[in-house]
Amino acid sequence: MKILKPAKAGTLESSDIYITVYPNDGEGINIKLESIVMKQFGSQIKKVITETLGELDVENVDVVAVDKGALDCTIKARVEAAVRRSSL
Amino acid sequence: MKNSIGREIPEHIENYGTPKLYEGPFENIIEATRKQPVFNCVKPGEEKVLESIREAIEKSGLKDGMTISFHHHLRNGDKVMNLVMEEIVKLGIRNLTVAASSIFPVNQPLVKYMGEGIVTGICANYMSGPVADAVSEGKLKYPAIMHTHGGRARAIESGDLHIDVAFIASPAADSYGNINGVEGPSACGTLGYAVPDAMYADKTVAVTDNIVEYPACPIDISQEYIDYIVKIDSIGDPKGIVSGTTQVTKNPIDLKIAKMTAEIIENSGLLKDGFSFQTGAGGTSLAVAAFVKEKMKEQNIKGSFAAGGITRFLVEMLEEGLFKSLFDVQCFDMYSIESYGKNMRHQAMSASMYGNPHNKGAVVNNLDVMILGATEVDMDFNVNVTTSSNGNIMGGSGGHSDTAAGSKLAIVVTKLIKGRLPIIVDDVTTVTTPGETVDIIVTERGIAINPRRKDLIEKLGDTKLPIYTIEELKEMAESFSGIPESLEFEDEIVGVVEYRDGTVIDVIRKVIN
Repeated sequence: MKILKPAKAGTLESSDIYITVYPNDGEGINIKLESIVMKQFGSQIKKVITETLGELDVENVDVVAVDKGALDCTIKARVEAAVRRSSL
Repeated sequence: MKNSIGREIPEHIENYGTPKLYEGPFENIIEATRKQPVFNCVKPGEEKVLESIREAIEKSGLKDGMTISFHHHLRNGDKVMNLVMEEIVKLGIRNLTVAASSIFPVNQPLVKYMGEGIVTGICANYMSGPVADAVSEGKLKYPAIMHTHGGRARAIESGDLHIDVAFIASPAADSYGNINGVEGPSACGTLGYAVPDAMYADKTVAVTDNIVEYPACPIDISQEYIDYIVKIDSIGDPKGIVSGTTQVTKNPIDLKIAKMTAEIIENSGLLKDGFSFQTGAGGTSLAVAAFVKEKMKEQNIKGSFAAGGITRFLVEMLEEGLFKSLFDVQCFDMYSIESYGKNMRHQAMSASMYGNPHNKGAVVNNLDVMILGATEVDMDFNVNVTTSSNGNIMGGSGGHSDTAAGSKLAIVVTKLIKGRLPIIVDDVTTVTTPGETVDIIVTERGIAINPRRKDLIEKLGDTKLPIYTIEELKEMAESFSGIPESLEFEDEIVGVVEYRDGTVIDVIRKVIN
C-alpha cells in the first residue's frame, strides 16, 4: 500500500495510541515513538508497528506514534486504520 | 545482606548508617522507650507571639545541620513550608534535614534548595511531584528516608528522628499557642500528623493566618507544647487543601472490583455489629464503601468505627448511624472538616494513636477491614506504593503498612493492568508493605488469596468469586500486556524505606535513564 497523504488514527486516551502517518520520498520506514511505557515496552511497540506496516506492504512512511499504554492489538488496529485512510 | 523478605540491603548505607534489617511485621514490637524532650519553660507574663517567621527562626536557635519539621494537612495548598524555607535561605542556614509528614508538588522550591546544599536530608511518609523526581534522580545529598504514618510517630517519640524546630501550620491559634484546625480561611480539620512534632520537637512554632481570642477551643494542639506563635497573611490555598476527587467511581471496571471486594468482606465473617473499616479517598475505595454501606443497611448492621483520612462519604455513614464513631487523622473535604467541628463522635486521632507500633496499641490494631491500593504486587504479596513502574518515587506508605499490619483483613484493590503495565509481577520495584500483612488481591479479572490465610481460602471457597493463585493472575496479566523489560538501576541509593518499626524493608536505587 502507498502512503498518499497524511492520515491519523487513535486518540490520546489511556490505553490507546495516536498514530499519524506521512508520505516520504522513498526514505523507508521511520518511526518516532513517545510512550508512557517506553522503558518497558518501547521496542515491542516499534516491532508491532513495523510488522503491521510490513503486512500492509508499506515500504516508505514516516510514522509518529504517541502511546498511552495501548496493547498490541490496539497498536495494530490503529496503524492499519491510519495507513488505509492515507491510501484512499 | 538480605532482610527476611529477601531484599538486598547494604551493610552500611552512606549518610544513613548501619541499617537494622526488617525481620517480620511483629518481630520488633516488644518493648519501647520514649525520649525525654528538653525544653524551655514559660513563666507567667511571658509573650509568645512574635513579629515574623524570621524572628521565630532566630529565637528558635536554628543552625546549620539541624532538622525542621512540617505537617501536610494543608496538602497541595500549603504555603508554610515554602515561606519558612525562604526565610531560612535569607538567614544563610544550610545543611538542613526537612522532616515533612508528606511532600506535595507545591513544595517544588525544595528542589532548588537541595541543589544549593541548603536542604541535604528529607524524611517523609509520602512524596509526589518535582521533589520526589529530584530525589529519585539523586539530587539530594543524603538518601531520603521514607517512613509510614505510624512509623514517623514512632521515630519522633523514640528519638530516632530528632526534630530541632517544628513549624506547625495552624488554621486558628490563640496568643498562648492553642491551635485548632476547624476555624479560619485555611481550615483543614484534624491535625493528627502534627501532634508528635509538637510534643517532641525542641522548639515549636505555630504559624497562623488567624489569631483568635484566647482560648482557641476546641483545641487540637495545646499551649503546653508551643514556644512561639507567628501571624502571617495566609498559610494555605483552600483550593489545594481539599483533596481532588472524593466521588464514588463511575468506571465499570473499578465498580466491578469494588463489588467483588464488598462480597469478600461480607463472606469474611467480619461484617456484623461492631464492624470497623478503613479505606482511602480514591474512587474505587469509595465505591467499596458504597457497596459495604448497602449491605450494612440491608442487614441492619451497626458498625463500630471508620478510620483514617475521613471523607464526606464516611461522615454520611456516621450520620446515618451505620458507624458509631469516626477516628480521623486527617479530613479530606469541607464536609468532613465541618463534621469534625461539630460532631462529638467524630474523634480526632494523632499519628501515633493511629498507627505507631511502639505504643500501647494503635487504632489500626482494632481495624477489621482495610482497603488498600497498589502500584505493584509480587508473588509473595509484597506491595509497592512507593515507586512507579519507571522506578521513580511517586508516593510512599502513608498508612499503608500500618493498616495492613493492624487490620484483620487487608484487601488490595487494583486493576490487573494499568496503561499496559501488569500490576502483578515477579519482582516489585520497591517493597513498601510486606506480603505477610496482605491478605487478598482483588482485580477485575480475579482475586488471589494469600496462601497464609487458609481460613479465608476456606470461607471464600464456596462463593462464586473468581479465585486464582497469584501466579495465575500474573500470567493472565502478561497474556494481555506482554512481558515488560526490566528497569536498570545504578548502585547509588537515593532512598531508604523504613518499615513502621524502624527496620529497613527496602532501599530505592537511582534509575538508569
